[in-house]
Amino acid sequence: MTAAMTTSSFPLGPIAAVLGRAVVIAGDDIDTDRIIPARFLKCVTFDGLGEQVFADDRAELSGEHPFDRAELQGASVLVVNRNFGCGSSREHAPQALMRWGIRAVVGESFAEIFYGNCLALGIPCFTASHASVLSLQDQLIADPDQELNLSLATASLEDSRGQLWQLELQAGPQQMLASGQWDATSQLLAHDSELTRTAESLPYINGF
Amino acid sequence: MSAGTLYDKVWDLHRVAQLPGGSTQLFIGLHLIHEVTSPQAFAALKDLGLRVRLPERTVATVDHIVPTTSQARPFADPLAEEMLATLERNCSDYGIPLHGLGSGRQGIVHVIAPELGLTQPGMTVACGDSHTSTHGAFGAIAFGIGTSQVRDVLASQSLSMGKLKVRRIWVEGQLQPGVYAKDLVLHIIRVLGVKGGVGYAYEFAGPAIDALAMEERMTLCNMAIEGGARCGYVNPDAVTFAYLEGRPYAPKAEGWERAVAWWRGLASGADAVFDDEVRFDAAAIAPTVTWGITPGQGIGVDETVPTLEQTEPDERPLAQEAYRYMDLQPGTPIAGTRVDVCFIGSCTNGRLSDLQAAAAVAKGRHVAPGIKAFVVPGSEQVAAAAVAEGLDRVFREAGFEWREPGCSMCLAMNPDRLEGRQISASSSNRNFKGRQGSASGRTLLMSPAMVAAAAIAGKVCDVRQMINTTP
Ligand code: SF4
Repeated sequence: MTAAMTTSSFPLGPIAAVLGRAVVIAGDDIDTDRIIPARFLKCVTFDGLGEQVFADDRAELSGEHPFDRAELQGASVLVVNRNFGCGSSREHAPQALMRWGIRAVVGESFAEIFYGNCLALGIPCFTASHASVLSLQDQLIADPDQELNLSLATASLEDSRGQLWQLELQAGPQQMLASGQWDATSQLLAHDSELTRTAESLPYINGF
Repeated sequence: MSAGTLYDKVWDLHRVAQLPGGSTQLFIGLHLIHEVTSPQAFAALKDLGLRVRLPERTVATVDHIVPTTSQARPFADPLAEEMLATLERNCSDYGIPLHGLGSGRQGIVHVIAPELGLTQPGMTVACGDSHTSTHGAFGAIAFGIGTSQVRDVLASQSLSMGKLKVRRIWVEGQLQPGVYAKDLVLHIIRVLGVKGGVGYAYEFAGPAIDALAMEERMTLCNMAIEGGARCGYVNPDAVTFAYLEGRPYAPKAEGWERAVAWWRGLASGADAVFDDEVRFDAAAIAPTVTWGITPGQGIGVDETVPTLEQTEPDERPLAQEAYRYMDLQPGTPIAGTRVDVCFIGSCTNGRLSDLQAAAAVAKGRHVAPGIKAFVVPGSEQVAAAAVAEGLDRVFREAGFEWREPGCSMCLAMNPDRLEGRQISASSSNRNFKGRQGSASGRTLLMSPAMVAAAAIAGKVCDVRQMINTTP
């Protein structure tokens, strides 16, 4: 896979909405070792991780895993259950999902490091109640061809029947994604004199 | 909202600015890097044309991919060699100190930073590895970060963070002989769940915690993340200071006195306010073993694998998945479960006292036929100290392999891995599906002494029985 093929459509700048079909991965506590098994971390670039996402689960289901199903290719929304992305801090996990095509995740709850790693890539993680995630998943499994429209401003999901699902998106990430400032580096670099002052005030930086 | 806790004080001291979006820019006092989560961060830095803001506040080592049999370069695995060479090049390009193989100071990042005295009370510590929570044992606020954040810390020595709530975990009583910090933390996670700590920092306190040695406190804080808490900490006290004094990077002379005074003042005060508190009784905890596929699926070694009826309704799907994957029957005792591989090591339990506890069990006994058992010290310093005490000989005579330091079969990025459906007794921290290198491999987490006992018996057994009897 060439870098040009994969990087062209990665999130960039302000994100108002995520459009597209959805793939459902059911189950609580799906950890990052399952999203991207450790043997694939042996790399010095993230290129190519898209093919290895959920590698062991996919091998086990030989072609029947949602990420292999023909009708779900090209999906951009991932719908999951509770505590998705727990375990390791590896950014390889959201990187692998992103390189497969995922641009937004909806779930009941997320592990914190995973949530932050997604935000750093411009991938919003929306939450919804236990009941509405389950019924959304049921509906998507029954009708996988639906084109969804996830709006960041209203934190809502509209399915192709026009039904509106109310989700939640934390205010901070919402604002960062909508303004295109989800990549923190430039913001952090903007406060260099304050940073110097903080460092100077810390006893351990200055030999006590 | 919490107030007056160590977490609040350290947070306030490290605040740089308020960021758009409501998060806080937090100064990072110590940044630790290794070969797996740093190469893409350095690549991004180069792309952006940025320098490393404070190279002296970042420290590197190699741990995840290093082989534990021969560490001669180049490694047999060309990808592992490339990762190590990339780290070496990045460190030399940016002036970052690297404690490499053979330096006498190499080892698992969460083992070497404490033993070098780099980790100190009151610091903020970040590392591209979720078990960074380990460093909280010193009264530091320490958390794992992703690669984009590694780039941010390199570029700005700071991170964009949201403040956590603080839950105090108060532990009364004392752990019984044969019961260790590993059992305590597995028990806590069993009760509070693997997501019970999401949104929280865990403060571990109470008589049982005060009585823990530093290495045990590290084991405890190491696994805070397995309970969902991004960081866990213990207030610094005399035990902390005694551990730190004289270590290479610890403050010296008059600086030492001033440091101790400052550190003391950081501990949560008597009037500290917590968002939540949970209490445990240490004396009631048995050696604990996981039976399932998350660290929360643990039971006392004298218990039976929980049945569906004994499982909370919303935990049942996971329990069913675990029965299937682990091939364990609900209602059967966990003791007696046959094992194939026994692994002693990792950033959870690869320190000297862990090896001492395991060696005490192994001494004068022998690994059961057909069992592969190996010991991987957490660092070169741990290895040297263990050899000086003759622990390597005790292990070898008992039929264990004695290896070179590294992460090894904790995550199996190196050649140490399970094969097929093998089942391991492991002193590491994660029993996720496929964690130890085989997509169908199975892991039972337990203390290093319990792993040694399992190696001798060839099956899970209660180490308390071996401690109380001579071989
Ligand atoms: S020993 Fe395991 S958990 Fe610890 S740093 Fe290494 S891989 Fe991560």
